Amino acid sequence: MIKAILIFNNHGKPRLSKFYEHYSEDTEQQIIRETFHLVSKRDENVCNFLEGGMLIGGSENKLIYRHYATLYFVFCVDSSESELGILDLIQVFVETLDKCFENVCELDLIFHVDKVHNILAEMVMGGMVLETNMNEIITQVDAQNKMEKSETFIFQSPRQDR
Amino acid sequence: MALKIVKGSIDRMFDKNLQDLVRGIRNHKEDEAKYISTCIDEIKQELKQDNIAVKSNAVCKLTYLQMLGYDVSWAAFNIVEVMSSSKFTYKRIGYLAASQCFHESTDVIMLTTNQIRKDLSSPNQYDTGVALTGLSCFVTPDLARDLANDIMTLMSHTKPYIRKKAVLIMYKVFLKYPESLRPAFPRMKEKLEDPDPGVQSAAVNVICELARRNPKNYLSLAPLFFKLMTSSTNNWVLIKIIKLFGALTPLEPRLGKKLIEPLTNLIHSRILLCLSSVAVLISLSSGMPNHSASIQVMKYLGLLAMSKILKTHPKSVQSHKDLILQCLDDKDESIRLRALDLLYGMVSKKNLMEIVKKLMLHVDKAEGTTYRDELLTKIIDICSQSNYQYITNFEWYISILVELTRLEGTRHGHLIASQMLDVAIRVKAIRAFAVAQMATLLDNAHLLTGNTQHNGICEVLYAAAWICGEFSEHLEDPMATLEAMLRPKVATLPGHIQAVYVQNAAKLFSTVLRGQEGAPADSKVAQETSQLLIDRLPVFVQSANLEVQERASCILQLVKYIQKLQQKDVEVAEEVTALFAGELNPVAPKAQKKVPVPEGLDLDAWINEPPSGSESEDEGRKTKTKGKAVFAKEESRHTKPRYTEVDEKELAKRREVRKAEQANNPFYIKASPSSQKVYQEAVGVEHIPVVQIDLSVPLKVPGMPMSDQYVKQEEERREKNKADRKKKDKKKRREKGRQRRGDSGPESEEDITPAHMVDIVTEEMPETALYTIPCLFPSQKSSKHKKKKQKKEEKDKKKKKHQHHHHHSDGAGDESVQNGTVEEEEPLPVSKQSPFILSTQSNPCPLDIQVCDIQGNLHDGSQVVVSVIFENKCDSFIKSMEFNVMDSLNSKLQRPEGAGPHDSLTVPFQLPPGISNEARFIFSMQSIVMPQKLKGTLTFIVKVSWSCSPQSTHIPHYPNQIEVYLSRVPNTTGVDLTIKCLLTGSNQQYLLLRHPCNICPLCMCPCPSQADQTVSIDAKCDEPGLLGNVLDEIKLTFSQC
Repeated sequence: MIKAILIFNNHGKPRLSKFYEHYSEDTEQQIIRETFHLVSKRDENVCNFLEGGMLIGGSENKLIYRHYATLYFVFCVDSSESELGILDLIQVFVETLDKCFENVCELDLIFHVDKVHNILAEMVMGGMVLETNMNEIITQVDAQNKMEKSETFIFQSPRQDR
Repeated sequence: MALKIVKGSIDRMFDKNLQDLVRGIRNHKEDEAKYISTCIDEIKQELKQDNIAVKSNAVCKLTYLQMLGYDVSWAAFNIVEVMSSSKFTYKRIGYLAASQCFHESTDVIMLTTNQIRKDLSSPNQYDTGVALTGLSCFVTPDLARDLANDIMTLMSHTKPYIRKKAVLIMYKVFLKYPESLRPAFPRMKEKLEDPDPGVQSAAVNVICELARRNPKNYLSLAPLFFKLMTSSTNNWVLIKIIKLFGALTPLEPRLGKKLIEPLTNLIHSRILLCLSSVAVLISLSSGMPNHSASIQVMKYLGLLAMSKILKTHPKSVQSHKDLILQCLDDKDESIRLRALDLLYGMVSKKNLMEIVKKLMLHVDKAEGTTYRDELLTKIIDICSQSNYQYITNFEWYISILVELTRLEGTRHGHLIASQMLDVAIRVKAIRAFAVAQMATLLDNAHLLTGNTQHNGICEVLYAAAWICGEFSEHLEDPMATLEAMLRPKVATLPGHIQAVYVQNAAKLFSTVLRGQEGAPADSKVAQETSQLLIDRLPVFVQSANLEVQERASCILQLVKYIQKLQQKDVEVAEEVTALFAGELNPVAPKAQKKVPVPEGLDLDAWINEPPSGSESEDEGRKTKTKGKAVFAKEESRHTKPRYTEVDEKELAKRREVRKAEQANNPFYIKASPSSQKVYQEAVGVEHIPVVQIDLSVPLKVPGMPMSDQYVKQEEERREKNKADRKKKDKKKRREKGRQRRGDSGPESEEDITPAHMVDIVTEEMPETALYTIPCLFPSQKSSKHKKKKQKKEEKDKKKKKHQHHHHHSDGAGDESVQNGTVEEEEPLPVSKQSPFILSTQSNPCPLDIQVCDIQGNLHDGSQVVVSVIFENKCDSFIKSMEFNVMDSLNSKLQRPEGAGPHDSLTVPFQLPPGISNEARFIFSMQSIVMPQKLKGTLTFIVKVSWSCSPQSTHIPHYPNQIEVYLSRVPNTTGVDLTIKCLLTGSNQQYLLLRHPCNICPLCMCPCPSQADQTVSIDAKCDEPGLLGNVLDEIKLTFSQC
């Protein structure tokens, strides 16, 4: 099970947070801060696994993260997930973002956090991995965006008429 | 109306959308909170409007604010409104918001049931999908119950997109509403074979999660997974299935075999693990700095894999010790932590000091308390594992502990403290040294408590004070320590530590008195000591801590009284010492049950009859209730039976509490399974005084010892031992003119001799004498393939160590009890340091043990039955024999079900003097190829008649030498084999003939034609290793006869 997915930048500003267990808003912020603290002090060329986060941690869980340019992608998982598998999943996630946003950068995530959520929802559902095939993910995301567009069109045209 | 709509639209044009909000926040870095609060006000306005587009825009912004840590639960109802929009765009926003901020206690969730049901059955697959995704995040037991059927229907939806989501969400439904598991399971099973790989992978995912909780129930699916594993190409699915099999194989051993067979290339989990560790080893050795990140990943995974292998195959990991030690120097903390975990499994007597020294270096270097604390616990874990098995020099260990106290801000003070106590109590030889160290610690207490009062390290003062007090006879300058313990600063320590200080100050006081009254000239000093106590104790009498206060005032009065006596020149030392008389002996957890129940004592009998509804009580209650209404009588009748019940319950409860208390108390005998007997008091334990002393005197700071010196010492000692042994060996060899196998090998583990012995021993009793006899069973074993086994048993010929305890005679009975422990231990050097070595050679060991037969179990080839003859050679009755052999990799003593891996087997008979009897023990063996030595312990109680003087309990060790060689001699049929077993006892030789099992891959045709003194042996075997060993064995046997 994946317990949480966090994206934050080099300064610890959250860009996306998805918790698959309920925490209060304050605890969530604390978890993000703590995770950032743990992850950010690690060197560039050390391994991508980390144990010992207190809040979301517990001995059972570990943090698996990757650092891309200005962003950290952190997955908190329990022992039933394979470490390499999750690393791979992060890669798929980032590549998918790259395809959907065309050369994704931090700004895309800042202004379109809802879209990132939608993409993520096609990959991970309720803490379990739903789909790992990038093409399949993109197909579904595109189909939904298309549907949204058609609705917006119908919706907007009468308004403009008025 | 139209106007209103127009107005709404115009408003909308000025509304901020999400992007505007984000931009705004970024532009108001200075007063972000203020800006956001105005935004929230705007959002509240927007939510009040009817226009769903406006609302959904507001909800979208709220979702963003939620991520920034703002509570948006107040908008829950609006979120539900947006969710129920017919437009996909808004619905999606609504469900996203709901998944981010709804949880089980959100009350509006129950409003959503129908909406979700509608969405689930929507013709648009994305409506359904979005509802499923949302639901997976906020499903509650109610929702799960109400929607389980709808979701189950979706599991056979035509679109794979919906099917896989429905399958996945079922796991959440099962969690919240377990009743749904049974009806849904068949369909879930079907989905394992779904044509769509996505659905398949989802189903595997769900079942793996379920199986993780309770693997047993999913064994039946193994064949299905097996098929999937061979056919699937999806790595995700493969990983999950392997993990699943990892959980299943322990339950069904056959599965493991089946997995290995056809699929060496594809993964039995263990093979995969091995692969990754191999990969790591490669990367470790090549250590290229460039692709270091990915190498780090591999390193980490390799170490992780190794820790899993370590549990089952410690040997294979141990060979990589150097690499793992290297990893300790890695800059990556994750890797260091993993390597630490591994260290636990690979220490030995030889390398313990080296490893700990390395760890100590890391402790000094470590930044961050988490890692340092982890190091500290690991050091202690490593050193103390299996009863300090690997520690050869306890002075070294005490110094390590003392060094560890210098860590600032560690949380593990109590851990260090308990280790100090444990070692000081159990290793008698070390007490003098420990006391000296502890006195130093007390002297320098200000260094420990220093700045932070909540420093966990001050716990060690608890141990230090207690050790100094309890073993004060070893103190060089008790006066100085007494002063150190009574410094005013002590009053700032936590209460429980102060209490120990006060009590032990009294103990020290008695020691000082005893020391000084001997020399009459010093009586002034004695009086000064009393005065010191009288001066300093009042601080503690005022303590807020009840315990401290109570003890201090008690002791203060006592000292005052003593002072009065001293002024009259009365000798008081003896009486004061009597307060704390009695030696403290370690007590094994199981010792209590060895104490025989005295005749006529019925432990089950009530001491006080339980308050049954006795008449007088009844009357009493009646009189009380008299005068009240008529109901009162009825009431009393009701309460009567209940009363006894409550009493019984309460008693049980109190008993529980007491037991728990005792279990936590290190000075108590631990509760044993036979709880009934526990009530009996252990006399020896009673007079262990727990005393504390406080002194406040300026102290000299003697140099603390450095543990490093011991490493050197140890090396020298080892060198010396080796040299000695070589000399001895040479002599022996010359005498015997024959070479002993064991001597020729390189220095083995066993050759390292501990300098001190721990009073470990499982079955030790208070007030008993005990001695140790070593015996060694080397054995070789038979395999599943029904190979004939060849075994060799060999007694340890080396010197044995003895443990000896003072024999207390309390004169209470006409019998005293001796408790013997036969231990298979390494030879002990006769060193002056160890008090456990008995030098007297007067008595032979009372028990003679011989292995008379080793036999393969015909029904199950992997079992070996070892028959052992016990002969009582002394004049006393031997009873309560318990036999235990440490499990090794290859062999395991079979114990009754429910027994732990370290429990010993009771030998089912007692031995009157001169009688021998045979007992059988069953071992299960893994491989028969190599000869094995087994080590075991035999503990027993010798009843000695009362006339025995305590000295007679010095029982020297008389090593039994038994060598058993088995070889196989085929009889005429060529299929049926006979084993010839040659057993060399101390003086006898036996030949045993056995009919072995029918089919054996090993055939030998020795023609023992004794006439011409030549023996030729032909052997055939499909396993070269086995054959080689057998032949060696035979050669050796013949060369010796």
